[in-house]
Amino acid sequence: MSLYSEKVMDHFRNPRNVGVIEDADGVGEVGNAKCGDIMKIYLKIEDDVITDVKFETFGCGSAIASSSMATELIKGKPVAEAMALTNKAVAEALDGLPAYKMHCSVLAEEAIKKALEDYYAKHPDKHMPE
Amino acid sequence: MRIYADNAATTRMSRTAIDAMMPFIEEYYGNPSSLYAFGQQAREAVEEARATVAGCIGADPREIIFTSGGSEADNQAILSAAAIGRKAGKLHIISDQIEHHAVLHTLKKLEKEGFSVTYLPVGTDGIVRVEDVEAAITENTCLVTIMYANNEIGTIQPIREIGEICRKKNILFHTDAVQAVGHLPIDVNAESIDMLSASAHKFHGPKGVGFLYAKKGLKLVNLIEGGAQERGKRAGTENVPGIVAMAAALKESVGHMEETAKAVAALRDRLIAGLSEIPHSALNGDAVKRLPSNVSFCFEGIEGESLLLLLDDKGICASSGSACTSGSLDPSHVLLAIGRVHDVAHGSLRLTLGDGATEEEADYIIRSVKEVVDYLRGFSPVWRDLCNGKGTFIL
Ligand SMILES: Cc1ncc(COP(=O)(O)O)c(C=O)c1O
Ligand SMILES: [Zn+2]
Repeated sequence: MSLYSEKVMDHFRNPRNVGVIEDADGVGEVGNAKCGDIMKIYLKIEDDVITDVKFETFGCGSAIASSSMATELIKGKPVAEAMALTNKAVAEALDGLPAYKMHCSVLAEEAIKKALEDYYAKHPDKHMPE
Repeated sequence: MRIYADNAATTRMSRTAIDAMMPFIEEYYGNPSSLYAFGQQAREAVEEARATVAGCIGADPREIIFTSGGSEADNQAILSAAAIGRKAGKLHIISDQIEHHAVLHTLKKLEKEGFSVTYLPVGTDGIVRVEDVEAAITENTCLVTIMYANNEIGTIQPIREIGEICRKKNILFHTDAVQAVGHLPIDVNAESIDMLSASAHKFHGPKGVGFLYAKKGLKLVNLIEGGAQERGKRAGTENVPGIVAMAAALKESVGHMEETAKAVAALRDRLIAGLSEIPHSALNGDAVKRLPSNVSFCFEGIEGESLLLLLDDKGICASSGSACTSGSLDPSHVLLAIGRVHDVAHGSLRLTLGDGATEEEADYIIRSVKEVVDYLRGFSPVWRDLCNGKGTFIL
């Protein structure tokens, strides 16, 4: 018996894509210490494709697992797909989260969006997909 | 392997308590209210338990009401004092900011009913100032309710001094002693306590049973109406096995309290010394005026739930006051009350040792916590910012 699904615990215990990209094309940080979860996402983008992604997270098991899963879901994908990622999709890919933990997965979605906004802000020649 | 270091949450039942309980499950199942001998056997056991419990806190058996636990005792004590206050036109209550929710939520309810409540602050040491209690008293004060020892940070309050003031000013004094009974010596008369709450599962008794001590002559209100059990103050057929086991557990705990406290406190201090080596960490609450079993820390740059989950993987059962373990967005009100800001309060860890804990276990816990804190800091953006000078360390 565990608070979280096997999948959540797997991503929590062995988070994928942990770390920093020093020369990232886009960086997004969301959350604050007040609510207890902070997520930072680093993106490498080439030809509108996310070629690499890394994350750092201060947060609960659900926050760490959501960060890990979210990075897996967008790695190697076109930017448009990453932009459309929802926290619901992240939670589903993790075989669900307890209801009161859903807010922790929202941060993953928001961090990715923020990193993409950062990328487009730095690359005015490119256009953000809708 | 499992190291259970969450004895403030609940304790393992002692063999003595289980042995005392079994006959009242298997054989003597009579109803204590029945007049035939088989029922009266159960009655006798309940009354014997009452005398035992009373003896352990220096009370008279008639001053003990058995309840379903600490929460019920807290509710009944506070609501009874409020009823007495209302009758006298006194609608002011004094408490503090680090009480258990069983007390705080009851007080909130009374506030909605017209009472005003002063929640005294505590110092960064987690201790209520006696002068503050005295200064807060008005002619409308009907109750002072201050916990004996805190469940999160383990700090022990100046109960005797507060009791003395209340006695002098003729104000009822209740203490939630759920974390203290069976662990600290208590004498309700010497400490001028009018009402006291206790819970069996915190001193190796069963869950779902506790007691309220209420000084002779103090008029209690019922939370549960019905039969005439507990002198008409708490209806419902008695939890005979639970009551008998509680008394056995308490008698045993009190019997070896001094030795246990000494041994456990030594391990506590070993843990505190070991965990203090972690950079940017701090002990919560006074180092000396604390329960023998309580170790409570904050670690900067990490969050408590992930710490707990990884310690669980290492076989260590502990607890935290982080928001994500409480199901709310705010970290523990106790940590906030001692001045830990949100950022730091999220990274808290509570270890509460059991009687049988060993040095090896303490050392294993220290090693494990160091390892996990290091690991989590390794990919914490908060920690990175602090290390890179973006933001300042608090601890
Ligand atoms: C200080 C304090 N008061 C009250 C309670 C509630 O006791 P019970 O679980 O028996 O209702 C607890 C238990 O967590 C406690 O620690
Ligand atoms: Zn969370």
